[in-house]
Amino acid sequence: MDREVAELERAIERIWEVGRGFGLDPFPTNFEIVPSTVMYEIGSYALPGRYSHWSFGKAYHRMKTMYDFGLSRIYEVVINANPSYGFLLETNSLLQNKLVIAHVMGHVDFFKNNAWFAQTNRRMVDDAATHARRISEYEFQHGRKVVERFLDAVLSIEEHVDPDAFLKRAPNGTTAPKTPRPGRYDDLLAAHELPAAPVATATRDEGPELPEKDLLGFIATHSPVLEPWQRDVVAMIREEMLYFVPQLRTKTINEGWASFWHSRIMRELDLSDDEHLEFAELHAGVVSPHTGQLNPYFVGYRILEDIERRFGRERLFEVREVESDVSLLRNYLTEELCGELDLFVYELVDEEEWTITEKRWERVRDQLVANMTNFGFPYIEVADGDYHGNRELFLRHRFEGSELDLRYARKTLENCQTLWGRPVHLETVVDGEPTTLRYDGSEHSED
Amino acid sequence: MGVQRNDWSLQRKGQIDQDRHAERVREAIRQNLGSIVSNESIILADGRKRVKVPIRSLDEYKFRFDHRKRKHVAQGDGNTSVGDVVAREPQQSQGTGRGGRRAGDQPGTEYFEAEVDVDEIARLVFEDLHLPNLQEKARREIPSRETRFTEIRRTGIMSNLDKRRSLVENIRRQARETGRAHLGPFRPEDLRYRTWEEQHAFESNAVVIAMMDVSGSMGEFKKYVARSFYFWMVRFLRTRYDNVDIVFISHHTEAKEVTEEQFFTQGESGGTVVSSAYRLALDIIAARYPTRDWNVYPFHFSDGDNYYSDNDEAVKLADELASTCNLFGYGEIGDEEGPSYRRTTGALLSIFGDRLRHTDRFAGVRIDDRADVYPALKHFFRKRGIDTD
Repeated sequence: MDREVAELERAIERIWEVGRGFGLDPFPTNFEIVPSTVMYEIGSYALPGRYSHWSFGKAYHRMKTMYDFGLSRIYEVVINANPSYGFLLETNSLLQNKLVIAHVMGHVDFFKNNAWFAQTNRRMVDDAATHARRISEYEFQHGRKVVERFLDAVLSIEEHVDPDAFLKRAPNGTTAPKTPRPGRYDDLLAAHELPAAPVATATRDEGPELPEKDLLGFIATHSPVLEPWQRDVVAMIREEMLYFVPQLRTKTINEGWASFWHSRIMRELDLSDDEHLEFAELHAGVVSPHTGQLNPYFVGYRILEDIERRFGRERLFEVREVESDVSLLRNYLTEELCGELDLFVYELVDEEEWTITEKRWERVRDQLVANMTNFGFPYIEVADGDYHGNRELFLRHRFEGSELDLRYARKTLENCQTLWGRPVHLETVVDGEPTTLRYDGSEHSED
Repeated sequence: MGVQRNDWSLQRKGQIDQDRHAERVREAIRQNLGSIVSNESIILADGRKRVKVPIRSLDEYKFRFDHRKRKHVAQGDGNTSVGDVVAREPQQSQGTGRGGRRAGDQPGTEYFEAEVDVDEIARLVFEDLHLPNLQEKARREIPSRETRFTEIRRTGIMSNLDKRRSLVENIRRQARETGRAHLGPFRPEDLRYRTWEEQHAFESNAVVIAMMDVSGSMGEFKKYVARSFYFWMVRFLRTRYDNVDIVFISHHTEAKEVTEEQFFTQGESGGTVVSSAYRLALDIIAARYPTRDWNVYPFHFSDGDNYYSDNDEAVKLADELASTCNLFGYGEIGDEEGPSYRRTTGALLSIFGDRLRHTDRFAGVRIDDRADVYPALKHFFRKRGIDTD
């Protein structure tokens, strides 16, 4: 074992000890030292061993180019799993990697203890590899181009899943009675052990419950045209998206939490003067304000520090357990913080100038919360899968004040049509008027 | 818990998908050649090998908000107040919409910019282009060299070993010596080598006469179109044919022969007398490029706004060009985004269409949009007539 590895192992041990002393409670974590190409690969795919698609290659190329030109640098990649995985860049200095390890510890603690992550698949790395194998098998069977075009269509609506489906109640307000579902191994059971035939066959005729936010799931189940392998691909992409949604929903609080703890942990380590200086510089870089933008590391970090100051550390751990970005900002962004961070609302005025139009803190807060709702994507739901009694798909954009990019909406509608095979409709608002976009497979129309 | 260091040297997933992306970029370029061909960054590449061109079809489409119609939140330096301007929209994205309703159709700068190799674009553009009606002429033949592997020999260099034939020879020898056809140990006499010879394909003499209207009515857009056409034409002739002469003529009321550099950079003004250019072209042909010895290709770009009194003369000389040369190409450039019906009569193209007698060797196109340059190239340089390939 080389010296660097031994040194890092000692550092991990120490950092974990300090973190636990503060009350952090992460999953066990495996660290791996990787070259930059691998770092950027995992960074651009978001999971190691994921399926192939050109869009990942595009992201990879962009990241690598930025790195080669010295424009950006990823310091850490961490995977939500049990055990978790942390990746360390081999060209990092020991001190940089110590900071990364402490930061990763914060993330892994958050993965394990934040309620929004409770439903995530902690074996996603294995499952993603299985998905990759299945998709490459489909490429072999049906041709790479065919699978690629199909993935293009699926990925264009991948965000439209329902991460909160598990919160849904049965229609009468009670939870549905637990009857075992028929399974493929029933014939292995003795006849007297077989569950009584389900009585509820009639409910199937009533069709799916609507509206349905889970567009991917709806298409996988009800599309009139998809082949079995295509349904499988849709289901796999859906599962991976459900895994990622909690990360999209907790970007600010999660990065704030990890930054908060890396700074507290690093202060407890025995660092030389040089190392102290290097750490201070790095930390200042991570949690610096980006003027004209919004740095989630910085905003999250400042809000969490403010919570600790006002309510004490115990409250901080409560916040880590129950809040997402939306609720963190709604509950804890104060007038003082808005002023300190100099937050403002800006918009395009006269098609020409991006102008600050609002600085009243409650309005700013509400706009920020609105923009983060549904993790920043328009809320689209299936309103009808049998529109016109003709198996046409009717989607509804739940309009909350922001209009859609029409060119993109039409192109995405084309992809929906590919997946549904029959005409598709999207009800939305265009220039203040309720409008329904329609694509029938050859032509766009609207009314 | 612990730290690992594994060997990732065989890992190249990112690279493979990067190649898939590159493949998509090439596909998209092929589909968008029309707009790429007349993109400024290429025409004005000025010797640079790689340029960036916008390609729309590589966007990853999603349901997303129109960011121009949305309110955003950001952070200031501590001193911002309502009314401060934080950024300005780039101006060029305006004025292209047809009514306010389509605002979402022009999201300005948000498409994918692909870095392309100018040579690669050139290769795609030139794929199907030829000098039309090319004939063998008597004098000063222009050789183009080509290497072909044509022969098999018993001696040669190892890198040219013909493995299949060597295997066959080995099996043959085994059959002769042992009575059974099978593969045995190799001996030097089994080995066969491929060898090449240089083929001299003779192309015929050719000259292209590039004429361009530089009168006052040729605005920025029209000059740009004419220059992008000639940019590609010159490049095409220089890459494909070893030695084609190109004569540059610019004209307003008078024509003069100019250098390539002057041709592409100089602006002029004044009225338009098209016949002046045709007369100069005919004079140059007679003096330096007799059609008995040369394949001659005159091309002319203009906005067709000729002096009315010159039209008869222009038609007469054009007829002479079309009857003596291999192909006379005329491109008429309309106003950018102007209605295409505006000049269907009265302009030179329609007059040529009505009154030229030698129409089989005349090719006329109309260009109203930058994207028409590529079709024009294809129209002029498509295969027709006799070909000596």
